[in-house]
Amino acid sequence: MLIGISLISFFIMHLAPGDITNNEAAFNPKASEESRQKLRELYNLDKPVIVQYGLWMKRMATLDFGNSFAGHRKPVFWQTIDKDGNVTKGMIQEALPITLIINILGLIITLALAVPLGIIAARKYGLWQDKSITLFNFIGFSIPGFWLSLLLMYWLGVMNDWFPISGLHSINYESLGTWGKIKDSFSHLFLPVVIPSVTGLAGITLFVKNGMLDVFHQDYITTARAKGLSEHKVVYTHALRNALLPLITIVGLSIPGLIGGSVIAETIFAIPGMGKLFYDAVMMRDFPVIMGILTIGSALTLLGNLIADIAYAWADPRVRRGVMRG
Amino acid sequence: MEIFAFLNNGVLKRNAKTGTAVLFFILLNACGSSSHDLSNEQLKSLNKAYPSQSGGTMIDATIGEPSSLIYMVAGESAAAAISSNIFNKLLKYDKNLDLEGELAETWKISVDQKTITFKLKPNLKWSDGKPLTSEDVLWTWQTVIDEKTGSPYASDYQLVKKADTPDELTFSVTYDQAYAPALDSWAGLQILPKHLLADQDLHTTAFARNPIGSSYYKLDSWTHGENIKLSRNPISVLGQAKIDHLVTRIIPDSSAQFLELMADNIDSMGLDPIKYARIIPARHELQQKLALYKELGNSYTYMGFNLKHKPFDDVRVRRAINYAIDKQEIIDGVYLGLGISIASPYKPGTRWSNPSLEPYPYDPAKAKALLKEAGFIDSNGDGILERDGKPFSFEIVTNQNKEREKSAVLIQRRLKDIGIEVKIRAIEWASFISRFIKTGDFDVVVLGWGLGLDPDQYSIWHSSQQAPGQFNFIGYNNPVIDTLLEQGRLELNADKRMKIYHEFARVLLEDSPIVYLSAGYGLTAIHKRVKGIDNPAPPAGVGWNSYDWYIPEPLRRNEISAN
Repeated sequence: MLIGISLISFFIMHLAPGDITNNEAAFNPKASEESRQKLRELYNLDKPVIVQYGLWMKRMATLDFGNSFAGHRKPVFWQTIDKDGNVTKGMIQEALPITLIINILGLIITLALAVPLGIIAARKYGLWQDKSITLFNFIGFSIPGFWLSLLLMYWLGVMNDWFPISGLHSINYESLGTWGKIKDSFSHLFLPVVIPSVTGLAGITLFVKNGMLDVFHQDYITTARAKGLSEHKVVYTHALRNALLPLITIVGLSIPGLIGGSVIAETIFAIPGMGKLFYDAVMMRDFPVIMGILTIGSALTLLGNLIADIAYAWADPRVRRGVMRG
Repeated sequence: MEIFAFLNNGVLKRNAKTGTAVLFFILLNACGSSSHDLSNEQLKSLNKAYPSQSGGTMIDATIGEPSSLIYMVAGESAAAAISSNIFNKLLKYDKNLDLEGELAETWKISVDQKTITFKLKPNLKWSDGKPLTSEDVLWTWQTVIDEKTGSPYASDYQLVKKADTPDELTFSVTYDQAYAPALDSWAGLQILPKHLLADQDLHTTAFARNPIGSSYYKLDSWTHGENIKLSRNPISVLGQAKIDHLVTRIIPDSSAQFLELMADNIDSMGLDPIKYARIIPARHELQQKLALYKELGNSYTYMGFNLKHKPFDDVRVRRAINYAIDKQEIIDGVYLGLGISIASPYKPGTRWSNPSLEPYPYDPAKAKALLKEAGFIDSNGDGILERDGKPFSFEIVTNQNKEREKSAVLIQRRLKDIGIEVKIRAIEWASFISRFIKTGDFDVVVLGWGLGLDPDQYSIWHSSQQAPGQFNFIGYNNPVIDTLLEQGRLELNADKRMKIYHEFARVLLEDSPIVYLSAGYGLTAIHKRVKGIDNPAPPAGVGWNSYDWYIPEPLRRNEISAN
């Protein structure tokens, strides 16, 4: 599976015209074509694509992700330590945790809001509560994220001094106490986490609502009600658990997004995450970085899907038995 | 998350600043007048004259993070902006763009013009206290030409046949033949410390992210993707800078940078014309606290013909198109008036720019007459000119740069007026270069050149520079220009050299291988707390004396933030 993904992405990447020697710094009358040709030879870019793929696979076999083509040839994946003990951090090593934190926090907030909203909408189906939730969601869904970001940055950061506008830490971060550091990090994370979760709310709310409505029409709910169980118990003990099962799939599907990050949000908020890293790498045709991100991304995605499947089996006895019989 | 993912198609690309800026402008106006004007006292203290004093922190922002602070391998402008505060060169340009010594006290050119001997200033030191000698200079030169270094800028230094260090303070270079751009090249090479780098690979060394230099500042810390902090180097070879700390924040989006500037979290940033000419003037409190600067850069935008394609091999056609394009319209419409029309490929007002040349005026009647002379007539009455039965129609290719795209649209309209059909194609940079420029498979391009301070433009115009990947991709071949360019490289006498390049620019204008569209101003906003800035900017630009800028104590931010 991984080999297939890497093969396809390798070839698509090389179909795009240009290579690292075409970046804008190289389009300087002082930079000579000979020096660019040397660079191409150094990186084996003058060899046929299939040979380049072979070389890449050979390195991958020893889990060597290589180094970036850009000026300071940083390791793509993990840090290296030179003979003097200087550590050079890997590009993915630096970017991945930041993106993961932001997106996981975002996902938690989205779920924390979407599930209650979905339940309310389902219980008050067709009433004003349902309609206003739907309206709110669709407004959130339709607003371009970057526009909302700029608007809120202006309101919360410029007009009022409530939140920092961009970046991950204040400039004086190092001199803050522990509590100050935590507060500083959280206030910097606020906007980048909250805005995407609000705009991403609509889909999941709708999902929960429809799941609940489906379940409400099931016979066992009618039975539960007929038994005279309290409405509270019917909704939260009997209906919710079944309605939430498909959510596992949704969360599983969102894993590539969790790892991939988002170029626009990271650019606006000046966050050095995976989206920006990947975008810049594609723009510069920095092949080792592109391949490194795709490989690690697909490996983590496959892993995520596996976990989702296992979680599904754990949560739903029907699936579990099906698995065992098969 | 989803929404962001859908919008990934480069709405906020580096070059597409204007798009967001327009939207941003609407947004600002929509937010109304809840702005807080400065109080009278604040205003008074901001505009008061203060004596020069040292201390304080200045914060600016960059769109791109440098990949390394060793400029000869990094090569990007983001790296140059920071490394130039840390490293010195042998020579530098002064306020009026004349060369003066930086590390070198004096330099002498031999009678045969082939050898240059630099005498270093005495007692130079690296910021770690070790002496800086001619050995370091020699080693830097050996490194920049070394194939393993793979510096994109090696070609100037490869022309040095022999380099020598007779003593600790003397460094001399000998060329095969006189090479006029040599001095400029020594004003561009940042000297690196041999004692720290001699056994290192410049591409992977930790030095690239933790350099030791000799100039006004030294590196304090570099937080990846967030900021780079410099502090004053107390043993700088050039004396002491006034401001204690320089912080450069990495903010890739220019709208976010502007919000930070409005919120007073950064002190300066580069502006685009919309922010300079529309947004800031419209907002009173921004006008109160920001000073705006404009300076001509060494760059221009042009429309270039593929001279190997018909009918652009015909000078009458090229001149006709030049007459048909209204350059002032492009400057007013695309650059909001923040540019000027040029007639030579040099910065106006400098020695190399020929003051007697005038740009082609907008004259559609003359354009039509020239095209007729070249054999183009509208024989079938469809509004498009034809020659030999073929309609005059071509495609303008440009990279995805809002300003260039808009210029192309204005050109399209003006050329339609005289009966030429134009299509426009905008394409992402790397694809643009390899698909169109390298293959020579284009009719007309709209592009820009950013140039150095030396007038030599051999690599752009000489007929020998046409191989794929070289810079004469328009295929210009004019023996007169070739001779002038060769002479210009051999002549070290500035006055004689000036005459050569004045003549060069005159022939070039007459031949019209490209249409100069405009030279745009570089625009900067700097908070008024920073004093000591020359306005208007001298030829060398706003930042020429940034070491002498200062922030008076009453105007500083809360200084806890300085570390």
